[in-house]
Formats: sequence, structure tokens, C-alpha cells
Amino acid sequence: MGLDVLVIGAGNAGLCAAITAVEAGCSVLVIDAAQKDMRGGNTRHTRNLRAMHDAPTDVLTDAYSFEEYFDDLMRVTKGLTNRELARLTLEKSAELTAWLGERGVRFQPALSGTLNLGRTNAFFLGGGRALLNSLCHHAEDLGVAFRYEAEVTELKMDDGFCHGVVLTDGEVLSAKRVIITAGGFEANLEWLAEGWGDAARNFLVRGTPHNRGAVLKSLLDQGARKVGELDQCHAVAIDARAPLTDGGIASRIDGVPFGLVINRNAERFYDEGEDFWPKRYAIWGRLVAGQPDQVAYAILDAEGVSRFMPSVFTPISADTIEDLADKLGLDAAATRRTVDAFNAACPDGPIDQSILDGQSTSGLTPEKTNWAARIETPPFTGYPLRPGITFTYMGVEVNDRAEILMEDGRPSRNLYAAGEVMAGNVLGQGYLAGIGMTIGGVFGRIAGAEAALRLNRPNNSTVTTKARA
Amino acid sequence: MNDINLINLAESDADREVARIMQICNACRYCEGFCAVFPAMERRRLFTTGDTAYLSNLCHNCGACYHACQYAPPHEFAVNAPVALALRRAESYEQFAWPRPMARVFQANAMVVSLITTVVLIVILGVMLALINPALFWGVHLGEGAFYRIMPHTIMAGIPMAISGFVIIAFIQGWRRYWRATGARWGGWNAFTDAVSATMSLRYLGGDNNGKGGGCPGETDRLSNRRRHYHHLTFYGFMLCFASTSTGTIYHYLLGREAPYGYFELPVVLGTVGGIILCLGTAGLWREKRRMDPVVKAFSTLGMDYVFIGLLFWVSATGLLLLAVRETGLMGLTLAIHLGVVYAFFLVLPYSKFVHGLYRFAALLQSAEETGPSR
Repeated sequence: MGLDVLVIGAGNAGLCAAITAVEAGCSVLVIDAAQKDMRGGNTRHTRNLRAMHDAPTDVLTDAYSFEEYFDDLMRVTKGLTNRELARLTLEKSAELTAWLGERGVRFQPALSGTLNLGRTNAFFLGGGRALLNSLCHHAEDLGVAFRYEAEVTELKMDDGFCHGVVLTDGEVLSAKRVIITAGGFEANLEWLAEGWGDAARNFLVRGTPHNRGAVLKSLLDQGARKVGELDQCHAVAIDARAPLTDGGIASRIDGVPFGLVINRNAERFYDEGEDFWPKRYAIWGRLVAGQPDQVAYAILDAEGVSRFMPSVFTPISADTIEDLADKLGLDAAATRRTVDAFNAACPDGPIDQSILDGQSTSGLTPEKTNWAARIETPPFTGYPLRPGITFTYMGVEVNDRAEILMEDGRPSRNLYAAGEVMAGNVLGQGYLAGIGMTIGGVFGRIAGAEAALRLNRPNNSTVTTKARA
Repeated sequence: MNDINLINLAESDADREVARIMQICNACRYCEGFCAVFPAMERRRLFTTGDTAYLSNLCHNCGACYHACQYAPPHEFAVNAPVALALRRAESYEQFAWPRPMARVFQANAMVVSLITTVVLIVILGVMLALINPALFWGVHLGEGAFYRIMPHTIMAGIPMAISGFVIIAFIQGWRRYWRATGARWGGWNAFTDAVSATMSLRYLGGDNNGKGGGCPGETDRLSNRRRHYHHLTFYGFMLCFASTSTGTIYHYLLGREAPYGYFELPVVLGTVGGIILCLGTAGLWREKRRMDPVVKAFSTLGMDYVFIGLLFWVSATGLLLLAVRETGLMGLTLAIHLGVVYAFFLVLPYSKFVHGLYRFAALLQSAEETGPSR
């Protein structure tokens, strides 16, 4: 058994682990289920990470204190987090952008970019795939070996010790330490259906088709301790015309707050103007999943359409509501009634999308509580919506050394986890933009360093720095 | 993927493909930090023929966005912005060419430019051999006015001057057509200064919006500034050669001194230094183009690129050769070849890759105007 460290998954977490281990002197092999052009799991669809900082940096503005970050995390997870690991993640996030930068990752300068996240989030120049390219080159230069189209079916385990990693063609790989960064199982709709029922079969997968959870399942079957629940996932409403997998960022629809959303029966079902879209988009996947056939339609007029970022698919337009309903496959009369009732309930006066303007309908169920403006200026526009699943929360439990914990609470003797497969330890529910990449980076580095340390190859100075008090 | 570009404003396949890709890119925007193309795209929601001409002339075909793209093949969106923009850019040269019938030269550019060069070379050589007394042509000439003993100055300078007049009109017309088609607006002197600075520094071939991104991809997705540096050599080498000609003209008309000038006089120093670095720059650009990752190459446009790089190389190389042999019996022949290449170069200027400078500068002006005074 010559190989020191085997990393399953060439995403952000896996590459951070591989680089840390090879820098410490380990021999490292990284395998990825995808072909080279599609490598790196969902990292290829990401674009930023969330990092704590006490003063402005070259890639982040102002300051984002530990306390504020921690409060944000507590708020979105409603306390469903392992506080010790959460603290560790946030503390170590402070050095992540510099660490990545030294390894070739380029960031957009602070104060630039589409989204208003320049204070809390550092944006990769060119997005996640550019980050992957940089890290892969760096890893290759240091001697890390890569194998693509190497999909794992199961782990051969014995009392928490992994002595073999089985690939689809039957080949068995082995290494002294195995770092699991194989992602979640959101592309495995059958597995999701066990928690969601048949509704899951109408989900679109926003990311890689390779996150089918084979490694996670194998771990759980062989006594790894579970974190998170099967029916927990991050799902948003995306354009129903998006591809079944890998639609990524471009398939999102940001127009919900500026129109109304109806289901297949042309009925409204939720307050479209409850809060700013960045705070609400993640509940709409679940909302649409609860509708008949898991489909809904956003209806806007010419005024509403101009208020949000264009989406990848050309909107479906018509000069009358009836024609639009026809094009969308909805009942024209029912759609007309819903729009008329909505328009009649709208207040007068312009809306202001920069604030919660309180322009609310009155007398509707449900009301639209902000930005309620009549749908009256043709052409009218419709977007078909489906739930698009981003990632799953269920994973394996780890400790502060990224060691996978077994059901009896003891750590595995040679298995580590980082990234989405263990993100549920920190992010038990809800979502905070960019924290997935932060968890992956932090725990990837910890896993790589710990694996090296246990192999008595500790000559790594950059990772084992003491966490902030 | 028909859904992506149902709003069809396009006038050609190249145009349609750029509009399709830009609609995808505009819903993603991860590449906005790379260059001027993506911020310009973000200021638009629909992409007209004028818009695609503008965006394509902002693009350097470096490939950074391709390698970073989550929607690049084998993804079903099949986004390849560098190739789509390169095809549209080549088409835009045709679209703006003046006079109209000459647009066709861009369709088989490598062939036509090579043919014109060969014909001009043969004609010049033939005429000189036929009209000039062999003793004069093959003789050794020294001192002031040596060149003009073979060909009178009025003819030698008159030919390019006549061509220049035509070339300038063609450039002005091309510029006006670009300006009208894209709806560009004059953004004031600040925008002008910014566009000049972006041009002189090749800011957007530097890897990010500030020109400090460590370079662009070349052979692979690894970054390098080589192409930028070779282009600098080519551009500034060309400018030095231009300065050499200009100072030569001043010497001739204002100082009343006839070429050839001494090795350490301004026109010769400028020309020698400029010629050498122009040779190095064009050789480097040729090599970079050869080595460029094939996935971001628009193969149908490469002929135009190579033939122009080649022509520039031979303009400077034959100039240097002339300098080397000007005191020998080969001066006449070398002069004929050099003049042939230079005249051909002038003649094809408005129908060669040279126009990329014109339209890219116009696009940079437009981009600076749109960006406003914030930069």
C-alpha cells in the first residue's frame, strides 16, 4: 500500500485537502467521477466564499467580525449547528482567501461585482471553475496525481477503517488515509424520493449529475454517524426549461417579487413580496415542490420584467393575459380571474424595489405584502418554475480534525470528510451565501493536515496555526 | 436550446451565436472581472447586430472565459465565447469595409492578401528591372541620394502617398460605419484618454479588468503574458518604424538631406531598433497563435491573422536587409523587394487584419464612454 492519501472528489474541499497533504510531503491521488472538463462537482457552479475579516482586505471591504458571522449562522440555521465546528470554520475562514491566493486562485478586487456581497464574500475571478483550474495546476505542479471518470461505488470498511475504495469497473484503490470530499446526493432523485415522496422526481438538479451519494451511502451503511435529515435540501425555484442537471446559476428566475406566482390551477399560493429576494429565493423551491406536479408560473408585465437580472431562457410573452395563459398551458379564464383579483387588490402608486415598500394588496389570500403593482402593461411575460435542488444537508458527522465519527462516537482510524458531505455539521439548515465553499476550504485543509500529521509528515506550517482565541 | 434566443435580432449565424451566448453569459456573469466584454454585456439585455459587433471588437480571443465557463462544452449550452466573438469580429470587418465591393476581400483574406503582395512585388521588380539600366540597378551606390539614383524620390514616395490618401478615406468610412452600426457615442476626453491607455497597455489582455491579473491563457488554461508582450513589441516596433519614416521625411524636406542616412542618425536608429523588435514581436505572435489552445481558435479566421503577421514581419525584415546590403551591389534588388512589400502592405491595409486596431480602439472608446467617469 504505497499511496499515502487518496482524495475522493476534485472539488474545492478535495483540492484544498490534496494540496495541504502534498505540501506536507504525502503522496496524493485525487479521483473524480466526472470527465476532466466537468470535474470538481458543484464547485464549478460556485463563485464566492464567505470570510471573516477585521479590516478591509484586497478582496473584501470593511469588516465582518466573528460575532456578526456567528450571529448570521445562528440565525439561518436556527441554532441547528455544531457550535464547536462552526466556531472553527469561522475562525479559519479568515486566512482562506490568502491561502488560496498563494496557490494561484485569483479573486475579483473588493468593491466590484454584480451582487452586493463585497463585504462578506470574496468572489473568484471567473467563478468556481477558474478556482478549480488554478488549484489543479498548483496540485499537479506539486506532484498530486489525478484520475478522472473514476466513480466510486463503495468503500470496503472494517471497524471504521477503510482498506479499499471500489470503482465502478471493480478496481479497488487503497491508501493509508482516505479523504471523502464526494459531495452530497442531490442528483440521486430516487434517494431524495425516500424523504420527499414522488415530488422529488420532478426536481431539477442545479449542479453536477455526479453527486449521487454512493460514498455517503456506503459510509452510513457501514456505521458512520449521520448528521442532518434525508428530506432537508436547499432548493430554489428555477426556470422549468433548465436542463435536468448542471443548469447552474443561469437558470434562476429573480422576478418573483415583481409579479405574481400561480400554480397549475392558476391559483396564487404564497406572498411573493414577503421579503427581499436574496432572503426568500431559497424557500421557493420548497413552495413550488408543494404544488400539483411541482410546477408554478411567474407572471409579470412589461414593467415588472425590467426590474430584475435577465435569465437565460427567453421569457414567454403575449399581448394579453389569455394568450399568455394559452402559451403556458394554463386555463385562460382562470388565469384572467386571478390576475384581475390581484389587480383589484393592488394599491395605487409606484413601488420601490430598493426597500420593503409596504405596497401591499388588501383582501387577498394570500396577500402580497410588498411591491404589489398591477399586472397591466403589455406585453405580459411568464416563466415556468420548477424546484431546482442545489445541495443536500444529510452527511456524516466529523470532529474538529475532520475525522469521520462512527456510531459509537469514536473517530474512524483513517477516514476524513470535508465539503458538502459533512457541511451539515455546520449548516444544519438554511443557507448563508458562500459558506459552503468556506466549510469545504476549511475542512479540506484540516483533513489534509490531519492525514499528514497522522502519517508523521507534519512539516506543514501553514495549516496548523492555532485557531483564533 | 431554441429557448435561449427566441428574440431574434440577428442578421447572420455568427451574429445569432454571439447573441445566444451573451444571453447565457448575462444570466451568469461569473466572468465579469476578466475584461471589458462582460461589463459591456451587463449594460444590455438584448443583443442587436450593432451590439455583437461592439462586443466582438472588445474581445482579444484570449480564452480565459472559455476555461472558466461552467457552460462550455460538453455542457449542452455549448458556450464558447472566444470562438463566437472571433467569428463575429471577422464578419464585422467585412460589414464595415469601404468601398462595399471590397468587403469580399475579407472572405478569402489570406489568399487575396498573399496574391496582392505577390503581384505588387513582381510588378515593382519587373518594372524596375525593365526600366533601370542594369549597371545602375546592380551597381554600388554610396553617399546621399544613393537610393534615388535607382528610383527617383518623387516616385518612391509618391506611390505610398497616393495609396495613403485612399487608405485614410477607407479608414474614415470604416470607422463611420462602425460608429453608426453600434450606436457608439463620444464620451469626452476622459473616455478618450482611458481608451488610449487601455490600447497602449493592452489592459484587457492582462487577465483582469485592471490589466494586473497575471495574464491570459495561451496553450492551455495556464496564464501567461507572452501574447501581450509580443503584441507590445509588434505595436511599438511598428510605431518606431513609423517614426523612422516620419523623421526621414523631415530630414528630406525640412533639412534638405537625402537618404541613406548614417547608422547613428535618427531615422536609421529608429528604423533599426523598430525593425528588430517588430521582427521579434511578429515572430512571437506567430508562435503564440500556433500554440494557442485549439478549442478557442476560430479556424476560419486564422488565415487573415497569419498573413498579416507575416506581411508585417517581411516589411521589417526586408528593411533590415536593405540596411545590411545598402553599400553593396545587392542594394537595387533588395530595395525593389522592400518597396514591393511595403507598397503591398499599404495597399491591403484597409482589407487586412490591420483594421482590428481601428475597430478595437472604437470599441474601447465606446466602452469607456459607457463606463462613465468612475474609472
